[in-house]
Amino acid sequence: MATLTDPPAESFKLSMLIYDTRYRSITIQTVALIGFLILIGWLISNTAQNLADLGKEPSFGFMTEPAGYDINQRLIEYNSQSTHLRAAFVGLLNTLVVAVLGCITATVIGVLVGVLRLSGNWLIARLMAVYVEMFRNVPVLMWIVLCMAILIESLPAPSAFRGEDPEKSMVLFESVAVTNRGVYVPEPLFSRGLGDVSIGGLFDVSLDLIAILIVLGAGLFVSNLIKKRADVQQNATGIRPRTWHLRLGVVAVPLLILLVVLGFHLGYPELRGFNFSGGTHLRNSLIALWLALSLYTAAFIAEIVRAGILAISTGQSEAAGALGLRPNRIMSLVILPQAMRVIIPPLISQYLNLTKNSSLAIAVGYMDITGTLMGITMNQTGRELETVLLGMLVYLAISLAISSVMNWYNGRVKLVER
Amino acid sequence: MSNTHADTVLYVRDTMLPQKEPPASTVGAIGWAKTNLFSGWFNTVLTIVSALFILYLLSGLLPWLISPTWRAASLTECREILAAGGEGAHGGACWGVIRERWLQLLFGFYPSDLYWRPVLALLLLFVAIAPVLFAQYVPSKMLAFTALYPFLAVWLLWGGTIWGPLMALAGFGIGWAVYKFATPVVGSLAGIILTAVVPILWWLVLAGPIAGALSSILPIGIEAVQSRQFGGFMLSITIGVTAIMCSLPIGIVLALGRRSDLMLVKALCVGFIEFIRGVPLITLLFVASTLLNIFLPPGTNFDIILRVMIMVTLFASAYMAEVIRGGLAALPKGQYEGADSLGLNYWQAQRLVIMPQALKISIPGIVSTFIGVFKDTVLVSIISMFDPLGLANAIRADSAWNGVYWELFIFIGAIFFVFCFSMSRYSMYLERKLQTGHR
Repeated sequence: MATLTDPPAESFKLSMLIYDTRYRSITIQTVALIGFLILIGWLISNTAQNLADLGKEPSFGFMTEPAGYDINQRLIEYNSQSTHLRAAFVGLLNTLVVAVLGCITATVIGVLVGVLRLSGNWLIARLMAVYVEMFRNVPVLMWIVLCMAILIESLPAPSAFRGEDPEKSMVLFESVAVTNRGVYVPEPLFSRGLGDVSIGGLFDVSLDLIAILIVLGAGLFVSNLIKKRADVQQNATGIRPRTWHLRLGVVAVPLLILLVVLGFHLGYPELRGFNFSGGTHLRNSLIALWLALSLYTAAFIAEIVRAGILAISTGQSEAAGALGLRPNRIMSLVILPQAMRVIIPPLISQYLNLTKNSSLAIAVGYMDITGTLMGITMNQTGRELETVLLGMLVYLAISLAISSVMNWYNGRVKLVER
Repeated sequence: MSNTHADTVLYVRDTMLPQKEPPASTVGAIGWAKTNLFSGWFNTVLTIVSALFILYLLSGLLPWLISPTWRAASLTECREILAAGGEGAHGGACWGVIRERWLQLLFGFYPSDLYWRPVLALLLLFVAIAPVLFAQYVPSKMLAFTALYPFLAVWLLWGGTIWGPLMALAGFGIGWAVYKFATPVVGSLAGIILTAVVPILWWLVLAGPIAGALSSILPIGIEAVQSRQFGGFMLSITIGVTAIMCSLPIGIVLALGRRSDLMLVKALCVGFIEFIRGVPLITLLFVASTLLNIFLPPGTNFDIILRVMIMVTLFASAYMAEVIRGGLAALPKGQYEGADSLGLNYWQAQRLVIMPQALKISIPGIVSTFIGVFKDTVLVSIISMFDPLGLANAIRADSAWNGVYWELFIFIGAIFFVFCFSMSRYSMYLERKLQTGHR
């Protein structure tokens, strides 16, 4: 008969730190931590030593000093007497503007191209494949620089619009001027405007814009109520009441009334002297960046959309067809809701890429945060460490915000499995 | 009743009819066009519109491309040739700029009598990666050359004494020797630690002086080339290939760290990956050009290309780590449990079971990361290095070629396209080759 004896009580030996799995993970982590701390300490001591040698003291005090340079494309009030902080803020807004504009157009073009690439039409499908491969396999910086070169070199100078019989004329009923200095489009003006309101003394927001947004939002809300009522009625009776005219009216009529009350009119660009004045001036740098980023990212979005649609098995559309659904209803009710789950996460990461690629603005002189904070501010103040770190933090914050949206979405649409 | 049919059926065919040709409108070119181009009015309209678009594009593009300006020495001269030829001053491309500058676009300011060195390095690169890319056609002994290639390439590109790269290589030899001979004596743990420490000490302390001494005794070397003379596609390929080669192993380590059970290791890896992925590459290049010297011990001032390579490699590793993590996550749990049940330890399981499958799953992602890295190398033009785009800007600023842009960008874009497109085709080939599952 075997007798059970307790295992001999082991005394702790140093080698157990490595060979005993109970302690090994602690050992490895301690070593990793010590190594990491040594590395950080080494970097910090080097940095302190180098900065002391250069006679610089790390501080962000320079951010409140006057910037002393002008920014031509700005959304908020700014002049050369404003602080570096405000310059960085103007740059950040410019980054966000081009990112939002780019994301919208890239999505439109990308979805269109992705769907057309799946078309049964051989010629169209090949044409779209050529577009996608052409843009995906060439660096985005080259597209940006090329777009800028085309805009500057091939468009007419403002002087071509001058004279009795000008070489060039404005397009779209004499309202848009396309020149090599940028595109001049009509600007919205209000003759009986409500004025601006200052938010926290930092920047001004037009009250007209706020009023329009409120009216538009209220209209959409009421329109949604009408839709819900129609849904209820359809569920009860099987007949869907005609509501589109009601819904359109609820949104459009109050908006039109408000615009008339505010005295809305367009300010057209006019040639004065050597340049155009009036209207909104879209600079070449913005257009080139916007165009190149949209076309480049659209090529990737097209592939994502195509992959998403192909990921839905044909059985789904066949089953929907067997239920008697029409092709467009199959697309909107069966295929797209499932494809969206596949499409949205990589789509959002493309938005993230577009936002990060917008930092290439510095190549065409668009004043985004890279151009202001990490460009002119860095060169003027000589604060490389602070400006680059701050710029990185800003981009990091934008990225984390976008990816938290993505995580929220992923969690919401995740298939609930048994 | 039985006679009724005898009257009505006068003739019954008792032989098979020969099979008829299908209607001409459903086969051949017509049938193909009918199903693929003209099925329904909508498709017909689309086909006609896009055919007209292609025709319009080609009718404008072909005369422009075929332009007799190959010998023009400046933009003005080129415009004159075109105007004399009757095409109009802007009716054709000015290929003279490519004839005059193509060597510069490829090699930057590399001394022209030494062009054979980067060319040889590129050719040897293909020899070196052949055993990796086409494993079944190339004998595996070639891998020895692959291992030697990095040292050879550095020597060919930068030149100078051969002893520097040789001493760097010797460090690996020393490490191997320590592992081989010291482990039986001092035990496996101390052996591994010694294997890591001795070569590092060798590189940091001994390699430099010994190389210096050897080259003064026995000066074998070729003409040295400064880093600032590097440029054009040579610079892009040098940075790109280095980042690609180094980022894969670092990415694997980071991915394993991110999936590790060790809290602290995991936190460090997640922090690194998310930080690098959250900032644009251009900010990291700013770090390379302005900050890296501040972070390192006073007096360190090493090569700008090397600094850029380090940052691009770090950047690529973070993306690579995420791609590989995706591959690891896609493996069924049974694979891990199976490896455990065979008694394999962590590294054995990773090497023999997990990684071969995970890397196979992540091939498309890995290759698209490679393509992205290669394309991103043009960003160095922003920190004023002369990659193809930087050179294109310099050429456009030259008074002889002020105003030329399509020709340059078509040339540069075409070369990038060839590289990136062939990489993506190779990844598709690899996917097909490695596919073992059910279809």
